[in-house]
Amino acid sequence: MNLWPKRFPLFPETASRLAQDVDQLYFFALLVTAVFSLLIAALIFYFIIRFRRRSEDEVGQPERAGLWLEITWSVIPLVILLFMFGWGSKVFFDIRKPPRGAIEYYVTGKQWMWKFQHPEGPREINELHVPLGQDIKLIMTSEDVIHSFYVPALRAKMDVLPGRYTTFWFNAEKAGAYRLFCAEYCGAEHSYMRGSIIVMEPDDYEEWLATRGQTTAAAKTGADLFSAQTCDTCHRSDSAAQAPILHGLFGKEEQLADGSLVLVDENYLRESILNPAAKVVAGYNALMPTYQGRLSEEDLVGLILYIKSLGGPDSADASASNQATTQASSDREE
Amino acid sequence: MGDQMTTPAERKRLNYLNADYGVKSWLLATDHKRIALLYLLSITVFFFLGGLMAVGIRLELATPAGDLVQPDTYNRLFTMHGILMIFFFLIPSIPAVFGNFLIPLMIGAKDLAFPKINLASWYVYSIGGLFTLWSLIQGGVDTGWTFYTPFSTTYSNTYVIATALGIFIVGFSSIMTGLNFIVTIHRMRAPGLTWFRLPLFIWAHYATSLIQILGTPVLAITILLVGAERLFHIGIFDPAYGGDPVLFQHLFWFYSHPAVYIMILPSMGVISEIIAAFARKRIFGYKVVAFASVTIAVLGFLVWGHHMFVSSQSPFTGVVFSFLSMLVAIPSAVKVFNWTATLFEGSVSLDTPMLYALGFIGLFTIGGLTGIMLANLGIDIHVHDTYFVVAHFHYVMVGGAIMGYLGGLHYWWPKITGRLYPVFWSKLAALVVFVGFNLTFFPQFLLGYLGMPRRYYSYPEDFQVLNVMSSAGATVLGVGYLIPMIYLVWSMRYGKRAGANPWGAVGLEWETPSPPPTFNFDETPTVDHEAYEYTSPTETRVA
Repeated sequence: MNLWPKRFPLFPETASRLAQDVDQLYFFALLVTAVFSLLIAALIFYFIIRFRRRSEDEVGQPERAGLWLEITWSVIPLVILLFMFGWGSKVFFDIRKPPRGAIEYYVTGKQWMWKFQHPEGPREINELHVPLGQDIKLIMTSEDVIHSFYVPALRAKMDVLPGRYTTFWFNAEKAGAYRLFCAEYCGAEHSYMRGSIIVMEPDDYEEWLATRGQTTAAAKTGADLFSAQTCDTCHRSDSAAQAPILHGLFGKEEQLADGSLVLVDENYLRESILNPAAKVVAGYNALMPTYQGRLSEEDLVGLILYIKSLGGPDSADASASNQATTQASSDREE
Repeated sequence: MGDQMTTPAERKRLNYLNADYGVKSWLLATDHKRIALLYLLSITVFFFLGGLMAVGIRLELATPAGDLVQPDTYNRLFTMHGILMIFFFLIPSIPAVFGNFLIPLMIGAKDLAFPKINLASWYVYSIGGLFTLWSLIQGGVDTGWTFYTPFSTTYSNTYVIATALGIFIVGFSSIMTGLNFIVTIHRMRAPGLTWFRLPLFIWAHYATSLIQILGTPVLAITILLVGAERLFHIGIFDPAYGGDPVLFQHLFWFYSHPAVYIMILPSMGVISEIIAAFARKRIFGYKVVAFASVTIAVLGFLVWGHHMFVSSQSPFTGVVFSFLSMLVAIPSAVKVFNWTATLFEGSVSLDTPMLYALGFIGLFTIGGLTGIMLANLGIDIHVHDTYFVVAHFHYVMVGGAIMGYLGGLHYWWPKITGRLYPVFWSKLAALVVFVGFNLTFFPQFLLGYLGMPRRYYSYPEDFQVLNVMSSAGATVLGVGYLIPMIYLVWSMRYGKRAGANPWGAVGLEWETPSPPPTFNFDETPTVDHEAYEYTSPTETRVA
């Protein structure tokens, strides 16, 4: 394999254990494909030679075998397919479901670049530095059209949509720079919407963070914005509060005016900032003005991080509800 | 219409081609055979236009840098390539040409049930086509044939509305054709021609017609919604107006996945006819193959979500769609097994149509099996929207649908024109198409797994070798498509006369002279045997 010219690879590099899981599944599917294709090809070649027409008015023999053959060649593929379906679904859930306690980074796609927000504060464009061996969760949205976050070395992609958050997680095992592509056609410069994920040894990562100089933690930026936008006029913890208290809110289930329950996750917070009248918590009036068009995606991320920094119902449950978040939000999106 | 009641004994026999002359006799034709030829001419024009776009795409991709055209031009090229090939070539191709020509002949009818609607469908098709060509001349459209929102509704500044209107209009021609076929197959079969005596070509077209009349209206509505949002900013798909971009994908694929079966089912019907004729044997498991067509048509409506595994659709929905997509593979696989089994103990002759049919089986098998990989959640999450997908659907649509189309063209050409084409050149062309096709599209599977996203006009340098192979293959494939153009046109004047049944095949279309008279049969045939009944060769041989 090392002799193979580097400029002509036939197989992508692998950066995570899950990528290897995808490869194994793929090899099995390739095997099935090869076996069936070659079987069909061999039978066809054998039959067209063995049963070639020998005289001008020769005709074929009437059909002999019957139903048992039809059943056999329906059931055998079905069993193989069901096996592959189960295996594939397992791999899919492993890739889609972020583990508890993953470090959260925020990603914003726009025509035609990727913007990253580290929890520690630094922002990057088209490059994301992450530590090796850590569970990394990306919470992603788009400022304009649909993009898709695709890292071939991780064998995973997820669409990045305007107006909502989607998630992508990974745990890279090998240090190095991995290609990031936009995989959903997004306009003129789509093919230049590329970047890299730079996986570093934890120490190197700390060093890299230090070189970024003085940066404010994203939650702090959000807190400043919270005051600047005078959100604290209503969202306050004393008796003058006209809006839900935000402390301990994230990950909680809130009851709405119509009696239904809603899980407070990133998507709910986003919606409640941009379109506050959509899901008003029971006992409050829809007084809040809309912030649609008044906040950038980065501002929203800051505010959400600030609200998350105010804690969940209780800290032990917080990460568990984080789990449910992804699930509930994707169910709702459906 | 001319006098078609001339006796067969007369020296210059009247047929649908020489019964009447002049432009008017064609433009106002209600004869299904003439309308089929009008369609043949129109779709050939669109095929070569779409092919030209493909040439542009493959030339640009020969080098990693974006150097030949501007990115905007490239985006228009692949968009128009998809739109022209899908809506103006593949969807009408076999149904509007061979379905139109052959359904009445195969069931012993004088014409389709609604000859004027049939002609109207061609005009509607042409108007839709002109709209699309007009938008192309104006500057084209850059949304991809999939028109994903909010790119198409808010961000693209190209001719989205004009193109979408063209597609909206051409959809009605598809509905008209489907409706005509369903009524014709139900009501106009010759005496004795029961459902299970019908050629499998008819079953395939029946299943296709069901999809056309049930699916196409959904596409029409979706296009109207895109127009409403783009023109009047009514919030449907764009979150900035309170819409949901994923809703568009659901609506779009609800039509566009079944549309894949509109393209491939008729081709499967053609393959059944060719295999039976050149193995001189009834298709193995006739009823199973017939029902497989209908099963594919029905299940085809339940699998659209497999285009959306990474769209933010719920993972559980993904599981359901993955499962249903696996199921649709079964009837397709069963067809392949049945065709192969038909060759067993047949009397196999490798004439040109048979070469295309065998090529179809091979390429469709690869297309189908790679489709199973894409329906598999764990693999799709990596190869979705990469060249793997591009390779897969070209194996199904070009390797499958177009191989079937060319097979059908070579099988029924003697019936349509009354002339034979040169054997050597036609076999050579079939071989060139097969080799060129694989050289073009096989490297794209490797590119896709390597991670090259589709719709990229510039790519990392290490993908170049495979891209050059693909571009080289496209040249070969292009030559393979041009050769038949030349000898088929040549054969219309210089080809040997074909006779009623040059292949010694069984089927009502071979019992009438070539080219057939305007009303197909001098007297309505009565059918007293099963389809593909190859028992007594002398009986079926009509020189």
